[in-house]
Amino acid sequence: MADLVNLTIDGRAVQVPPQTLVIDAAKTVGIEIPAFCYYEGLSLQAACRMCLVEVEKMPKMMTACTLPVAEGMIVRTETEQVKQARKYTLEFLLTNHPLDCPVCDKGGECELQDMVFRYGAGESRYTEEKVHTPEKQFSPVVFFDAPRCILCFRCVRICNEGMGVNALGVINRGVVSEIAPNVGDHLECDECGACIDICPVGALTSGTYRYQTRPWEMTHVGTICTHCGDGCKTTLGTRNDEIIRGNNRDRSGINGEFLCIKGRYAFDFYNHPERLQAPMVRVNGKLEEVSWAQALEVVARKFDATVSANGSFGVIGSNHTSNEENFYLQKFAREVLKTNNIDHHRTGDVVTLLDAMSGTKSQLATVADLYDRKAVLVLGADLALEHPLLSYQIRANYRHHQAHVYAITPGEVREDKYTVASIRVGGGPASKKGDLGVIPGKEVGATTSGPGSHPVGGPGVVPNAEAGAHFDPVNGPGKATGSPTGFVVPANVKSITGNYFDALESLRDQLKAEPELVILFDDSIKGADVRALVEFAESLGIPVKFICLVDYANSRGAVDMGLTPELFPGYKPTGASGMHVSEMTGSDLDVLWVVGANPLKGAVKRKAGFLVVQDMFLTETAQQADVVLPAASAYEKSGTVTNTTGEVQQLTRAVNTMGAKPDLEIMGFIAREMGVAGQLGPWVANVVFEEIRKNVRGYSLPMPVIATGGAAQSMPVNGRIAVDDLSALVHSDHNGLFASGTLGRYSKVLNSVLESHLSR
Amino acid sequence: MLFNEPHPLETRVLTRRFGKPDTAAIEGYLADDGYQGFLKAAKMTPEQIIEQVKISNLRGRGGAGFPTGMKWSFVPRTSPKPKYIVVNGDESEPGTCKDRVLIENDPHQLIEGVLIAGLAVDAHAGYVYIRGEYRYLIDVMDKAIAEAYAKGWLGKNIQGTGFDFDLYTHTGAGAYECGEESALLESLEGKRGIPRIRPPFPAVAGAFQCPTILNNVETFCAVPYILREGGQAFADLGIPKAGGTKMTCLTGHVNRPGVYELKLGFPVKQMIEEVGGGMRNGKKLKAFIPGGSSCPVLTASELEGANMDYDSMAARKTMLGSGGVIIMDEDTCMVKAALRIMRFYAHESCGWCIPCREGTTWLKKILTRFHEGQGTRTDINLIGDIAKNMLGRTFCPLGDAAAMPTISIVEKFRDEFEDHLNGKPCAYEPAGVVTV
Ligand SMILES: Cc1cc2nc3c(=O)[nH]c(=O)nc-3n(C[C@H](O)[C@H](O)[C@H](O)COP(=O)(O)O)c2cc1C
Ligand code: SF4
Ligand code: SF4
Ligand code: SF4
Ligand code: FES
Repeated sequence: MADLVNLTIDGRAVQVPPQTLVIDAAKTVGIEIPAFCYYEGLSLQAACRMCLVEVEKMPKMMTACTLPVAEGMIVRTETEQVKQARKYTLEFLLTNHPLDCPVCDKGGECELQDMVFRYGAGESRYTEEKVHTPEKQFSPVVFFDAPRCILCFRCVRICNEGMGVNALGVINRGVVSEIAPNVGDHLECDECGACIDICPVGALTSGTYRYQTRPWEMTHVGTICTHCGDGCKTTLGTRNDEIIRGNNRDRSGINGEFLCIKGRYAFDFYNHPERLQAPMVRVNGKLEEVSWAQALEVVARKFDATVSANGSFGVIGSNHTSNEENFYLQKFAREVLKTNNIDHHRTGDVVTLLDAMSGTKSQLATVADLYDRKAVLVLGADLALEHPLLSYQIRANYRHHQAHVYAITPGEVREDKYTVASIRVGGGPASKKGDLGVIPGKEVGATTSGPGSHPVGGPGVVPNAEAGAHFDPVNGPGKATGSPTGFVVPANVKSITGNYFDALESLRDQLKAEPELVILFDDSIKGADVRALVEFAESLGIPVKFICLVDYANSRGAVDMGLTPELFPGYKPTGASGMHVSEMTGSDLDVLWVVGANPLKGAVKRKAGFLVVQDMFLTETAQQADVVLPAASAYEKSGTVTNTTGEVQQLTRAVNTMGAKPDLEIMGFIAREMGVAGQLGPWVANVVFEEIRKNVRGYSLPMPVIATGGAAQSMPVNGRIAVDDLSALVHSDHNGLFASGTLGRYSKVLNSVLESHLSR
Repeated sequence: MLFNEPHPLETRVLTRRFGKPDTAAIEGYLADDGYQGFLKAAKMTPEQIIEQVKISNLRGRGGAGFPTGMKWSFVPRTSPKPKYIVVNGDESEPGTCKDRVLIENDPHQLIEGVLIAGLAVDAHAGYVYIRGEYRYLIDVMDKAIAEAYAKGWLGKNIQGTGFDFDLYTHTGAGAYECGEESALLESLEGKRGIPRIRPPFPAVAGAFQCPTILNNVETFCAVPYILREGGQAFADLGIPKAGGTKMTCLTGHVNRPGVYELKLGFPVKQMIEEVGGGMRNGKKLKAFIPGGSSCPVLTASELEGANMDYDSMAARKTMLGSGGVIIMDEDTCMVKAALRIMRFYAHESCGWCIPCREGTTWLKKILTRFHEGQGTRTDINLIGDIAKNMLGRTFCPLGDAAAMPTISIVEKFRDEFEDHLNGKPCAYEPAGVVTV
């Protein structure tokens, strides 16, 4: 091909596109050039000098991590000089390294160990005293052991460039240079732990994982984070049926290596001491632990009796349970309990979007689109707090492709740092969003902006962090240069008193000029507004893709699987009426069956004659139940979930909790007890998924992709969805970074971070 | 006044006004043909200005000796971005103390040089970056800038030429590395003083990622003369390929240390014997550093026939550098000299890259132990070996600067290292006293 560059590396012909770095060109022919500071996607450093190679006609060895290929270039990576340089660079590194590998968390997974093993010298000539500084705690989840640090500046860059937080930096110079947190002795940041994850050595360690295990003692299970609707893949490290670590080092999911604090640490709710491990039945007004057999019998008999008596049922499903469970639940409700009173907490107006889009050119976006498309428009949401992965993707798109980003939001958002235009709508108080969540016994107020996205500047301008005192900014977006460049385009932030559509109109000409656009919106846009938005998008005459933001791991799947009175699975209108959540909790139904939800939270008194609750904890709803059935968490079951972009991914069981059962199994046992198991079919996740693939519109997805841990986007429903506008029922919880609905209360990590943030 | 008595062998071009009463004031500068070079340049095209600088054979005085006219011609004048002029006044190279006298005695000469550079590349703003320890010079510079604004030599429409230029001072915080051009720019932008990856070079992406001319104070100070008297006149002062004079800082064991302006190509022997008044106390010369502590050391015998110019020093595998001459007599302990130099670099390493960050401190520790009599024979080779493993492998030239003198001292004065072995006290120190 004409536009490829030809070069020779170690005698092998290599063809790569122009601008490829030598280090990457070498990879294409299987030649590894060792590197510490080079990290794909982050700015170039040339700091560690591990990647020095010989290049013909160059007087000195060159860093392969910063050298672009050139036609006819001849590179040698295995000469005596190169090998010797690597050996001595490692010797230099080890001079002040404590070599406490036997007790280091990273032992066995450490890039320094691997490098020394492969390229290092067998011995050190260093006989002087080492520089030592004591270990520090930067936050509840971040610890720092400076002597182990090799100063590759990956942590600084992932925090600044990747997260847009800029909480880590370097202090001092020379051999006593040290990574330091942004506020005195501690970090004020997203607590995402990306710095720990990216650290090649054991310098940054995790508050939850440190000194817990040797890495090789763990089993690794790839599954999906259960917290927000973004659907990150997380790899859980388990040992003796216990989860000890979450990360995504193999970058296999839609999130690459990204995880927020919830995906990385907040799996810990699963072994909270208050976790339910035995079924309970109300006896003489008190909940008492009973056997599964007894509990199931009580439920089945009550269900049977109510069905025979033509009594009334209500069924409330969950935003966290799997597609299979939701599908089975609605089938159970509709076919066995003969009720159309089935609903769940709706967090985004997916239904109206799909209906409005039908017959138009608009499409649904994937998580990957946020990284690839040329322009992105955010409506309403503070993504960095509520949808960390989506925010990360957009940031990466801006850094790598200079994507044009627009934000129309009530308050400041992190995207302001690099938007083409940011518009504050409402003109009222900056924001009502960003609720940090609730600590047991302590109500937390709203904050306008999360940690790390501290408001900068007054209304009108976001000062350019890169600008000098006398600088008239006219430069382009940041490029990888020697220093960690942040975001250099000053945002154009305007405040208007109008609404979202006034703001959209003011951007019309700019948006029209974009080659393509992805629009994200939260529950600020629902019902007629969604239709108007789709109309606006169509009128731009450019390809537009949409993301309707929803709150939890399977919020989207709950709508898809028909957990509403008005729709069957696959958005087929039922044509029948049925009660919604608040109607069900507010009326005296004979039986209310709640699976994985907490509709009675906040002192709501139960009205139903009989209440069955499947949950992990004794929530406000469970406390009022007649029967409580202990349910397994997402990490203790298999199945599939559908994220906010409609991408379907597989849950894989990582651990078991004694006494608790997956909701699908519980429902299956109830069916068996009632003698309707045959009618409902097997309650095995993959069999139910087969049924979904065959019967649910949009879900005839390629099984190999999902079964191997990939994501497949459910197809949009083509055709109108003729139901009433029920958008008034749509309400997002607007969980901040450190909250996750009821579930978040049971995470020790989230609580400790909240407490430390509040106590300063 | 911070200036030694002038010497008749000097050629006073940059220092022509030194010693006059109140030399820093604008009135005196104007009375001595000040700003005439600028007025001349204002009537020339940028190409013509750069051509004169090329003809002058002026080479950068910050240490690397890069031809200044060529550097200026790299600036993309048609770029829509603003262009900047940055003066490197970070002067921190051990043995170097020339920029300070230039600023202190004739700040307007520097301002004029900057203005001419501004004309040459269509820049309208400049920064004088002054080493943090030179606190008092910022006042001198600020005062001169204020005078220039007041008298219409800075600001809008300078002297009716239609040319606008603003000049600001900026202080470093005490880091040698901030003299390295790209680290200086980072520091100027308010960031940590670490060097940048090049390319791009400052001429294309310098201050605030905009095209920038960055030169040493002395380099800019030579420019007014070049415009006033013509590039050829300046070139004729020096030798082929290196025009003009060099501010030479004679330091160490000579009778009359000081800053002298000597023609390029001035014989070293004559410089020591006549300008410097000969070796102190009639001692013999042991070691000679031509241009700041970053240069390889020369022995007395290597100085035969040497001249103070780029080629003569390159032929001796060292460098003219910044003009910071360090002269060491026969009573100098070369182990201690190596240690003293390495203490500096270990302290000043910015910490960005592994070989320099770890290597300088390792060497400092070995040399300290060695000088205290705790060295072993293997240490001698180790010292040279560590330095060689830094050379050419670090991110910026500071690592080379630490390695080069060390390698040369170990090679040329190995016997002195041998003398320190087996717990022997340093022969040059008064008994029992070990000071560095
Ligand atoms: C570690 C280091 C320190 C330096 N310090 C100075 C300095 O203090 N002053 C200076 O003018 N140049 C210094 N330089 C050289 C500058 O990088 C640059 O080459 C010079 O300022 C360019 O100006 P010139 O072309 O006029 O010499 C230093 C270079 C290095 C590598
Ligand atoms: S803490 Fe880890 S990631 Fe950060 S600079 Fe040190 S070694 Fe690199
Ligand atoms: S909470 Fe959301 S963004 Fe965070 S790891 Fe889980 S899915 Fe990803
Ligand atoms: S050689 Fe490396 S550590 Fe030393 S000053 Fe330069 S960049 Fe910093
Ligand atoms: S990987 Fe190239 S210098 Fe670190």
